[in-house]
Amino acid sequence: MSLGSWIKSGDPWIWMTASAVGACIVAVLGLLGLIAVNGLAHFWPADVVSLRYKNDLGEFILAGEVVQRETISRDQFLEASPNRGNVDGAEFERWMIKSGNRKFDPPDFRWIFEHEVVEQQKNEEMIVFERAEWGNAYGTLVAIRERGAEIASSYSWDELQDRIGRVEQLRNQARKIQKGSINRINYKLEQLRLEEQRRNLREEERIAKLERNQERLSQLSDAERSRLLTFNIETADLEERRRKLNDEYGLEELRLRNIHGQLDRDEIEIKIADGRTISIGLRDIIRAWQPNKMSIGQKIAHYFSSIWVFLSQDSREANTEGGVFPALFGTVLMVLLMSVLVTPFGVIAALYLREYAKQGPFVQLIRIAVNNLAGVPSIVYGVFGLGFFIYLVGGSIDDLFFKAAQPAPTFGTPGLMWASLTLALLTVPVVIVSTEEGLTRIPNALREGSLALGATKAETLFRIVLPMASPSILTGVILAIARAAGEVAPLMLVGVVKLAPTLPIDGNFPFLHLDRKFMHLGFHIYDVGFQSPNVDAARPLVFATALLLVLIIIALNLTAITLRNRLEARYRGALI
Amino acid sequence: MNQNDQESRDLRRVNLDTTLVESSETLDPNELPDEEICLNVSSLSLHYGEALALKDISMKIPRQRVTALIGPSGCGKSTLIRCFNRMNDLIDGVRIHGRIELDGTEIHDRNVDVAQLRRQVGMVFQRPNPFPKSVYENVAYGLRLTENLPKSELDDRVEWALKSAALWEEMEGRLKESALGLSGGQQQRLVIARAVAVKPSVLLLDEPASALDPLSTLKIEELIAQLKSDYTIVIVTHNMQQAARVSDYTSFLYLGELIEFDSTANIFLNPSKQQTEDYITGRYG
Ligand SMILES: Nc1ncnc2c1ncn2[C@@H]1O[C@H](COP(=O)(O)OP(=O)(O)O)[C@@H](O)[C@H]1O
Ligand SMILES: [Mg+2]
Repeated sequence: MSLGSWIKSGDPWIWMTASAVGACIVAVLGLLGLIAVNGLAHFWPADVVSLRYKNDLGEFILAGEVVQRETISRDQFLEASPNRGNVDGAEFERWMIKSGNRKFDPPDFRWIFEHEVVEQQKNEEMIVFERAEWGNAYGTLVAIRERGAEIASSYSWDELQDRIGRVEQLRNQARKIQKGSINRINYKLEQLRLEEQRRNLREEERIAKLERNQERLSQLSDAERSRLLTFNIETADLEERRRKLNDEYGLEELRLRNIHGQLDRDEIEIKIADGRTISIGLRDIIRAWQPNKMSIGQKIAHYFSSIWVFLSQDSREANTEGGVFPALFGTVLMVLLMSVLVTPFGVIAALYLREYAKQGPFVQLIRIAVNNLAGVPSIVYGVFGLGFFIYLVGGSIDDLFFKAAQPAPTFGTPGLMWASLTLALLTVPVVIVSTEEGLTRIPNALREGSLALGATKAETLFRIVLPMASPSILTGVILAIARAAGEVAPLMLVGVVKLAPTLPIDGNFPFLHLDRKFMHLGFHIYDVGFQSPNVDAARPLVFATALLLVLIIIALNLTAITLRNRLEARYRGALI
Repeated sequence: MNQNDQESRDLRRVNLDTTLVESSETLDPNELPDEEICLNVSSLSLHYGEALALKDISMKIPRQRVTALIGPSGCGKSTLIRCFNRMNDLIDGVRIHGRIELDGTEIHDRNVDVAQLRRQVGMVFQRPNPFPKSVYENVAYGLRLTENLPKSELDDRVEWALKSAALWEEMEGRLKESALGLSGGQQQRLVIARAVAVKPSVLLLDEPASALDPLSTLKIEELIAQLKSDYTIVIVTHNMQQAARVSDYTSFLYLGELIEFDSTANIFLNPSKQQTEDYITGRYG
């Protein structure tokens, strides 16, 4: 076959389109694969190797996990270490060792060259300590001390685990008090302060009103006048409640101090790679494991428990350690709120455009405008949200309803509600467009059938049109969720913070606190990846968080898609 | 006109004659007493924007009889029948002049509730349009809109409506099934049941059998014969045999004008207008 006729046959076109699709699939899978591999590897309890290596600077001993291996060219090698030109070889393998022990043996990540390694072994007794601060520590157990005195079964691994378990229990108790009762008492105290402030404002208003009413004042006797004009509010009841709360607070604080005292009881001594003995308070240790001794089953169990910790716990150490629970919670809550806001808004707008408005150039213009709104850069929505929602609407709400709290803003500051609203605004065009599309797919014969039975237009909308449009509405919501869950830029202006002290939902009335700032996985990724002081330590978390964000979006989408398909099956055959 | 033509026309006549035997005793509709008139149309004109679709139509549609509207495609049959329950109100740019009285009340009056009117004047369309709901819910749809019936009464009404539409036997065990799974003929009878359920006094049928197979068509025709004792029926059809079989009165429309309105027997056996005769003998297809 000649080239000309081959081109004419259309085959090249098929090949071209197919390879474009192939390239897309490879790109997506590659991206997901990279994120998944890097993110998931982080939780695996890797073996700890002990190394002795020698270079022109001297001889070193090191223990740690090999987190990365790569081969570099001679040029790169020379660039990295210019005074080692006497070493032969065209390529060099180098390892990144996570040696931990920050604070007493820095740095905690270092590159070493394979050819410099003199000796390499795995010590069965090597323990990895996950510390509350400063990352991991690596070493062998020398002694356990209770209140300064060495205890008998000093080297027992089980003893260590028991004591770590005890510390964890104490720590949980402390957290419960801190986040539970103390948080509640603080909240109530703040409410009391606001109540007193409200009374002050009311009293000031009363006096100001009286002063304006000269006529009435002139009729009063001097004594009466000065009595009425004196600032006088009843605060005895507030004082009483405040006193009670403060007493309670004192009690809780005492309990807390007691727990902290108990936490300080135990201390361990470990021997680190270079032979030094270091003592660590047990309260600083979260977990300890002996990777070189673990069976594969134990490793798998450890792996999943690490993932669980990642999902269910607060972050520590400027977000570079610990879990992402608050960010996870914030993301899901914000997306759900956004969906709740955007759905009615978008559907109602689409109903008007398609069912009520007289079709013509004006409606067409609105439609084009709505479509284009979807293309506005998201940061613009952030700026709009900040200017309009927060300063204007939020400021007015504060002036009207939260005067007592001023000058501290309540709604006049970034928060969950404004973030959800801003994203709702950002995604509303998607919902409008797909709802409209759904409405056009409903045959007019069904609308007429309903009207011919004596239904009004509104009844027809609610009983026939809306149910039949529901799959398309859901499609719109799916697209909206997909867009909103991944959006970060506008959120930075309207409510997301690096570290939120409390979750937006808690046990204090009204339970859902729309005015609170919240954490978000997308912003978390940015923060951990680019704002953290320890990039090497944070990198795996960036991947893990990214993977989590992708999984959440997929999960939210799958839920909506299943729902949509189920609805669509019901109306299949009736739609155009 | 040659010999052959004449013969074939006579043959058609004979065919029609046999179907017309029963209904031949009906009277001239224009001479009926007022109380036997259900819909009284006088000087009705309708414009779609600038286009004139109905031109000065006057006819008296008798109560509890079947009146057929025939005429070539595009002559305004659907437009006319849709005037009777004001379905044309839904179309932008429609202007209507003239009067339509239902039992003596002008249906375009300001104080007429359109929804109420449509419950009184039920309509069945050319293509079956069951709602994507269960058989039961389709029939109950109109009832749920206004009458707040208890469950048992609702069940009874649904059963009664399905029986009226000769569908009960087939549907008795399938009430919960989706109406979309029924055959075309069943769907059309379901739609009739749905219209009958709200107890209208008039039923408008716009080519109810044109999308159906012959057997289903037959069933619909039998159904019309049953229903006419309780309802005033107006049926649009392009099938003249059908008009002859089911109707008592027939009106012939042509290009938006009412050419002739008379008892079906007269229209088919003894038309007074040349155009009517040409049409029923097949001159305009
Ligand atoms: N919605 C509409 N807008 C404008 N013209 C219409 C509309 N519906 C029908 N017509 C016109 O009115 C005339 C009569 O149509 P119709 O009543 O549907 O005829 P028939 O039912 O007898 O075939 C036709 O010329 C048709 O083009
Ligand atoms: Mg028609």
